[in-house]
Order: sequence, then structure tokens, then C-alpha cells
Amino acid sequence: MFRRLADSGSEVVLVVDGRPVAARTGDTVAAALLAAGFDHCRTTPASGAPRAPYCLMGVCFECLVTIDGIGSRQGCLVPVRDGMVVETQIGRREAGR
Amino acid sequence: MTQASDFESHYDLVVVGGGPAGLAAAALAARAGLSTVLFDENPGVGGQIYRAIGSTPVADRSILGEDYWAGADLAAEARASGARIMTGATVWSLDSARLVGVSVGGQARIIQAGRVIVATGSLERPFPIAGWTLPGVMSAGGAQTLLKAQGMVPAGRTVMAGGGPLLWLLAAQILRAGGRIEAILDTMPRRNWLHALPHLPDFLLSPYAAKGLTLLREVRAKVPVIRVDGLEAAGDDRLREVAFNGRRLPADLLLLHHGVVPNVNLAMAAGVAHEWNARQLCFQPVLDEDFGSSVPGIAVAGDGAGIAGGTAAAERGRIAACAAIRALRPEAFVPDLQTIRQRLQREEMGRPFLDWLNRPADSFRQPEGETIVCRCEEVTAAQICAAADLGCEGPNQMKAFLRCGMGPCQGRLCGLTVTELIAARRGLTPAEVGYYRLRPPVKPVTVRELASLPVAEAERRAVEG
Repeated sequence: MFRRLADSGSEVVLVVDGRPVAARTGDTVAAALLAAGFDHCRTTPASGAPRAPYCLMGVCFECLVTIDGIGSRQGCLVPVRDGMVVETQIGRREAGR
Repeated sequence: MTQASDFESHYDLVVVGGGPAGLAAAALAARAGLSTVLFDENPGVGGQIYRAIGSTPVADRSILGEDYWAGADLAAEARASGARIMTGATVWSLDSARLVGVSVGGQARIIQAGRVIVATGSLERPFPIAGWTLPGVMSAGGAQTLLKAQGMVPAGRTVMAGGGPLLWLLAAQILRAGGRIEAILDTMPRRNWLHALPHLPDFLLSPYAAKGLTLLREVRAKVPVIRVDGLEAAGDDRLREVAFNGRRLPADLLLLHHGVVPNVNLAMAAGVAHEWNARQLCFQPVLDEDFGSSVPGIAVAGDGAGIAGGTAAAERGRIAACAAIRALRPEAFVPDLQTIRQRLQREEMGRPFLDWLNRPADSFRQPEGETIVCRCEEVTAAQICAAADLGCEGPNQMKAFLRCGMGPCQGRLCGLTVTELIAARRGLTPAEVGYYRLRPPVKPVTVRELASLPVAEAERRAVEG
């Protein structure tokens, strides 16, 4: 859905759902997932529908992911760090983490 | 890296939000000698309008435009003022005693403020259409944030829909960055001109007129603009098509925008009285001429005080800061208020025209049928209307009926829609229906963060006996 104008910053590598994903310093987790082509970052607790980042400014809570073991973090507010472990959230099972 | 242990337990002034209002307020107050701290939950200051002003990878200044780069001066002014600027700091609580609950780096603190300026700005108006929860549908502001902060431009088939200055500005920025837009679907009803025209002379005298017309010309020369009165995002697990006027347009990305409304959550949770703004179709705080609220010592500046734009926000921040300085250090120098008020007035002149012209049609604010209203709890318009017909009186009772507004976004993306739907259904005004009752914490805070709050010996003994 998005491409980078230029490769700014330096490369960092996140682990997303167990796989390495390249990002750039200056990315937030939500931006890194979109840049890497992730179609969604969680499924909803109510119906299991897939959701992707929507507002990227901390108000919609669609970009909730598990970051370094803490669930339901707002991916759009957390800057990436090399070695950061990110997990997409699957519906009700992980809503309470 | 900022840490909770880095800050004091008391400040003369706590500013919440590092956009134009917050930056201008903090700079003025700190220079006048008030101990001042500014909290912003984002990785950098600038708010949304000057997002990533200190770090944007977009080097070609013409892409984001000179109005964006003007934010660099504000940020520099705030940094040089001596104000403590804390980014990555989430304020989750504010009460009438001006106790501010904030989390930084996984640790929480409660800070006593002499005065508080809430500069939490605006958020985009809910745009509830069928399919707006599908991956591939995003707010225009979200795409603009990706451009400013990460230098990312839409790729693939991109469609934009809605109206308002930000939609056209983003379109121009995407085009300047080499991006492509398949179509702009203009949702603004032609009859809006009837209400807007009387305000045209004032608009023409405002700074927005020339800029706006240039922008429209720039975008229309490159992108087909199609007037629509209905809109649907379609797809199974993601956006595949945008449907309008009996047509279906294949799309990978749909960017929605219907203007912005005050981000009221923190101010409302602090007990600040709000009123319905019938022209801007949103709730806004009841404020005096210095932007002081109904809660003593708490002011609301910037777009959170009612939408007027970034330049006006800075002037409002300065006025609110002057009031704080007068209250706490009357002997300190303050700039001439009359001049600031005149500049503000000039900035606000174009607003009524823009508000009326860009007023979203009722059908886009009061959806029907299976269209999701509450994204978090997946509550549809039909369910809300049915509950209203059963006698549900307002948004707070609606929570008990349907859980709408009770998900993680705390009503930010459904509150106005729910209020308007109930009002329309029950033949009341939105003012009579009211808004969700908001309470702290207004942002998520972990138990671990709460447990990190410093505890006095007496408090510990009171519990442990």
C-alpha cells in the first residue's frame, strides 16, 4: 500500500510473528508493518475481522499489537528498536494480554 | 531517553500536547519564568500539523510545503525557552485538583500542576461508511502522518474521498512526492454553498483563500474529481473496490477525510464543561476569552478549543499562557495580548466559510443499516437506531445496551456518530442527547505502571497496617 520516498535512517530488524522484518529508525511499529506489506496487524475480539492501522495518531486503537510481551500496545506510538519482538494479535484470545 | 524519574513532582504549568498550541504556550510560559513541562505521547513534538518536524525524512521542502516547515521555528522556540519537553509521555489522567497522571518509558507519575493547558488538538471526524473497517481503508490524516514522519507515499491504486482542506492538501503532497491518485470522490453537497456564500467575503480576507484556491487548481489538474453522494468500501478480507454512483472502482487504498473535530477526551474526563457547536457539528469546551475552562486553573487551547487551524492554535496557546503567567507570576513580562488577539481574529476569519462549505452531508454522519458505527465493539447503525427506538435515551445508556464506546478507543471514533444517531432518531438536538461520560484513564495504562507510582511511607502504612 505504501512505498518509501528514500531509505532514510539506518536499518533495524524487528521480529514479527517469529520472522525478521526490516524497518528504519524513525519508523513506528505500525509504520514498519505497513512498509513491510503487512495487510493487517490484529483481528477483532468481537467478530475476528482483520484490522490494519487507521489513524496513525493514537486515537483509533486499530494498530494494537503485542510488543516485547506486552499486549495491546498502540503500534503507531512506539518507535522501532533493533531486535524488538512484535506479535500480531488474534481476536479474543489475546485481547486481555 | 526520557524517564519518569527525570521530572519534578510539581510544575507551575503542565502543558498536554506538543502541537502548535502546546509549543507556543510552553515557550512563552517558560520564558516568563514559570517552571513548565510539556508532555506529548508521540516520539517527537509538532502535533499532527507539524508531525516529525525535527526528524522528517522528506528532504524536498516543496513536498510538504512552507506552511509545514513554519513549525520548525515553534519547536525551536519551545526547546530554547527552558521548558521541559517530554515526548513518549502519555497523560492518562487529569482532575479538577490539577493532578496529572502521566506514563513515560513504562513508569507512571502523578504531578501537581499550578495550571494546566490542555492542548490535545483535534482528530478526524468519524467517517462511517460500509466497509470503513477493512484493511486498506485509512484516514487521510493517517496517510499524511506516514508521509511526514516516515517519508512513505501511497503505492498501488489510491482513491481519496470526502472533503475539507486537509484532503486537498494531502492530495497535493502525494502528487508532489511522485505518488498517483486514481480519483478524488468529493462528498460535499452543492447546497453547502448556500450557507457558505454569506461568509465568502471574510474568507477572501483570510490567509486561507489564496492558498486554498492554488491547492485546488494544483490537484484538479492531475486527478479526476468525481462528485458522489454515497460511498462504500468493498472487499472480503481487505479493500478491493470503492463503490459510488453505481460504479465500482478497483482500489488498494482508500483515504477518508471529513474534517477534524476537537479531541475532547482528556478535558471531558477532567470535568471541563462542553457544548455542542452546531456549525462545526461537534462538542467543544466552554471557554472564556483567555481559553480558561469551567475548571479553575485548566485551560484548553488549540484546535481542542474548537477547530481553527494550526496558526490560530499557536495564538490561542500564547493567550492561555499569558493567563497562566498573570496568575502565577504577575510581575513577569508578557507580550501585548491585544496584538495576539488581533492575529488570532485574522486567522479565524475564514472559518465559517470553510465550515459551511465542507459540512459533511447528514447521510455521512448518520449512517444506516449494517454500517459499523463503533469500530471497537462492531456495533452497527441499525443496532443503535433500534436501541434508540426502544427508548434508550443517550450515549451512556447505549453502552449498557450495545457496548458501543466501551472498546479501547473510548468512543473517539464513534462518539459523535452515536450522539447524532440518537438525536435524529428521538427528535432531539445533539446538545440535549449529550456525549459519552468520559473518565480517566483516558489512555491505556498497565497495572505495572500504576504500581510504579511513588508511595509515601504514611500511605504504605495506611494499607499495610
